[in-house]
Amino acid sequence: MVKVKIWGSLRNAAGGTDQVCIDGRNFKELLDNLKIKYPGLKPQIERGVSLAIDGKIYKESWFIPVNEDSEVVLMPYMIGG
Amino acid sequence: MTSQGNKTNRQFNVVGTRPVRPDGIDKVTGKALYGADLYSPNMLVGKMLRINEPHALIKSIDTSKAEQLPGVKSVITFKDFLSVDTNKNNDIIENCIANKKVLYDGHAIAAVAAINLNIAEKALKLIEFQLDKLPFVIDIDKAMEKDSPVVQAGRKNENVPNGFSDNVNSFCSFGHGNLEDGFKKAERIVEKSFKTPSVHQGYIEPHACLASMTLDGKADLWCCTQGQYNVRSICADIMGIETSQLRVTASEIGGGFGGKTTVFIEPIALALSLKSGQPVKIVMTREEVFKATGPTVSSLVDIKMGMSKDGLITAAHAIIRYEGGAFPNEIYELGAQSAFAAYDLKAVRSEGFNILTNRPLQAAYRAPGAPQAIFAVESTVDELCQKLNLDPLEVRLKNAAKKGTTASYGPTFDDIGLIATLEAAQEHPHYKSTLGPNQGRGLSCGFWFNFGGNTCVSLNINFDGTVCIVEGNPDIGGSRASISQMAAEELDIPLNKIRTVIADTNSLGHNDVTDGSRVTFAVGLATIKAAKAAKKEMCKRAAKLWNIDEEAVIWKDGHVLPAGANAGIHDPLSLKEIAAISAQTGGPISGHHEVNAEGAGVSFGVHLVDVEVDPETGHTKILRYTVFQDAGKAVHPSYVEGQMQGGSVQGIGWALNEEYIYDQDGKLLNPGFLDYRIPVASDLPMIDPVILEIPNPGHPYGVRGVGETSIVPPLAAICNAVSRATEIRFTELPLSPPKVLSAILKNQ
Amino acid sequence: MSKIHINVSINDDNIEYLCNPEDTVLDILRDNLRLTGTKEGCGTGDCGACSIILDDKLVCSCLVLAAEVEGSKIFTIEGMANENELHPLQKKFLEHAALQCGICTPGILIAAKALLEKNSNPTETEVRYWLAGNLCRCTGYDKIIRAVLDAAAEMRS
Repeated sequence: MVKVKIWGSLRNAAGGTDQVCIDGRNFKELLDNLKIKYPGLKPQIERGVSLAIDGKIYKESWFIPVNEDSEVVLMPYMIGG
Repeated sequence: MTSQGNKTNRQFNVVGTRPVRPDGIDKVTGKALYGADLYSPNMLVGKMLRINEPHALIKSIDTSKAEQLPGVKSVITFKDFLSVDTNKNNDIIENCIANKKVLYDGHAIAAVAAINLNIAEKALKLIEFQLDKLPFVIDIDKAMEKDSPVVQAGRKNENVPNGFSDNVNSFCSFGHGNLEDGFKKAERIVEKSFKTPSVHQGYIEPHACLASMTLDGKADLWCCTQGQYNVRSICADIMGIETSQLRVTASEIGGGFGGKTTVFIEPIALALSLKSGQPVKIVMTREEVFKATGPTVSSLVDIKMGMSKDGLITAAHAIIRYEGGAFPNEIYELGAQSAFAAYDLKAVRSEGFNILTNRPLQAAYRAPGAPQAIFAVESTVDELCQKLNLDPLEVRLKNAAKKGTTASYGPTFDDIGLIATLEAAQEHPHYKSTLGPNQGRGLSCGFWFNFGGNTCVSLNINFDGTVCIVEGNPDIGGSRASISQMAAEELDIPLNKIRTVIADTNSLGHNDVTDGSRVTFAVGLATIKAAKAAKKEMCKRAAKLWNIDEEAVIWKDGHVLPAGANAGIHDPLSLKEIAAISAQTGGPISGHHEVNAEGAGVSFGVHLVDVEVDPETGHTKILRYTVFQDAGKAVHPSYVEGQMQGGSVQGIGWALNEEYIYDQDGKLLNPGFLDYRIPVASDLPMIDPVILEIPNPGHPYGVRGVGETSIVPPLAAICNAVSRATEIRFTELPLSPPKVLSAILKNQ
Repeated sequence: MSKIHINVSINDDNIEYLCNPEDTVLDILRDNLRLTGTKEGCGTGDCGACSIILDDKLVCSCLVLAAEVEGSKIFTIEGMANENELHPLQKKFLEHAALQCGICTPGILIAAKALLEKNSNPTETEVRYWLAGNLCRCTGYDKIIRAVLDAAAEMRS
């Protein structure tokens, strides 16, 4: 089980808490399982999200591994200019 | 121009030097080909019909008379684009050419291609149309009200709170801790609202493209763009063809800054070409650029911040409202996340709203969303420092984010360079110099995320030992030089043996747009890995030649040699010598690397500015400007300095003069460089760049992206300086002379 | 209306062209003669990217009609380097990294050349005011000014 921090405006869709516990060994599994366990998060995840894992922001790398004690933060999809 | 704090042990030979850039001669002799510089046989001229209304229903368009004009070869409307798969691309094409409604002043409704400009312009006048004018809205507050005219119905996301009009299409919030408790601990609380106008990236080169599409679905497109692969994806989707059939070549680019990361004319040119059977060239006028490309979001930001007597920020709350034109965008998320990024806060919340208005769809502009939000935050910090009589640099140091800080947007920071840049600013002679009458000093922190992204590089070793590198990112600031330097460093060969070219979309795998300060970082990383792969292959060849194991051959100082005495005595072979026998030992030698690069670190900067405000005219003169930024490792220091200086001056323009000015009918009054006033040479002093080098562990040479952060601090730095010089706290940009003078007079 | 026939000297070459009454010198240079080094940034004389030297005067070619230069001498960026050698200004621009995207560079080089022909020892302020009609969005002007001052020094010695 990995703890994933959820940003403020998504917390209602995640059961009202700012951190959820979810199964997943990598970026993709975490997001897939988040969508299943918290259907309210599905629209945002499908619009696009990134994950910060132990301080590093990953835009969209499915196979980046995640450990049980990793700090994982859900973030909006990154864009620049 | 100094470099400080190089903590890496590595000694570089080529990286860190300042060679002349490889495309330099082309650019100082006029030889380089930019978007509008290509002409093709049988070429037509394309022009778009633009409507001078902010909001109108299109009742009918009749293009028949235009089609019949001799010399006109094709006429199109939105009807010619009906097969778009993704929502995002649907918005893009509708922003280029109106579907059912004219949504902003300058929105196009049709386009023609003709044998010359004269006939094309005549044809536009022959297009008949009927419009029903609709009530419009261009201001953020008005657009949010429940009874506002609705720009586009049905675009509201599930996350928007109740009570707003349908123009409020999206909402987000970030933060942690208990605000109420935090504010209770404050000695002073400041609550202020800040306003920034829409500004334009202001690139000197208008958008231009030359498209050729044939009935079999094959197409070639030449355009000035920051991302030819992105153009390919968008245009292939819009035109209903496979990406493999559309080859996009990026011209040299005359500035982009984010504004050329999308498309405004390319699908139009393709459609006109398909319909006419001839290549079509479209070049935007400057007026079209201002009206119908992608300016920034304008903003209203409310900040409430509490500070203790000794300068600790006890609580901070931001409500950010951005409008980015008639179609949704995600910039408000970036604004909300970056607002408090520079600070280690126990209680913080930032909320962001995106609002639709009757303006053109925004496009990115260097660190999109961050300047507006950080302007508001840094101004508030400065005001609290004034009220509590505290040194603004000391307060930044006291609250600065560092390793282990939980960022206001969620993750825990690893090693970051903010404190180092603040300390560098504190020790700099600029900070200690004295000020005279009507003068003020301002400072601001800045922040940006920086990206990696999809990157492919191919490094090919020619038989004569020279090297050709193919990469896929348009060179907007000298990146060919840096990439060649990194390859020269890795291969240990002179820089002049390397030529780096930028690929069209057929010649290399997908490369993400040149944005997000990603090129030196990600393309550099891929180049280094491609070079390593080539070295590995050269070792293999030597091993074969010497009849020893591959593992027994190493690369050192530009040569392959046996790893140790056990491997036998063999004279080292230089890259040139191996290259010379590559045909006989297996074939041409190359290395390539494809990656979706991650690990680009965030970057921080600090700007210091001294100004003098003329109390009789309200004019602000910049006396001295110093930029401190952590580059990780400056591959070509001149181009790192260039990014720092260029971004700063764009921020200066944003702070002092630039703004989109609309009349009461929602029409843009200043779509030209005369009245949209960007900084000119006589407005400015030298901009002093101080590069810090705290290596980024995510890059083999320690490189951090630098291209964007420098536009973030100037807004607040200048506003703080002007506020201190005049002793009036300003909260609205730009600080143009009439506005400043009016405030000065009111204050007397 | 039939086209107008013009004879003009461009970079010391005798050139003939036909133009419409409304064509500008910029239009002719680029679209007819394929001298694309001179750029269009605005079409209204505000940005300086189209700077040329016309009969020893620095002008915006977007503001001069193609029909009114009969018999004139025009000098563009393509004529700046001397066959095999760059002009000192061009060399200094490269040394100082005084260009990033390079779109404003031809106009600025022409303008700077015109300045140094009038005033071989300008101050920083004089250079800044002379170049105020040439917009640059990439560099912030710092390295451009340094390059011009350095070229002036070299040309004086």
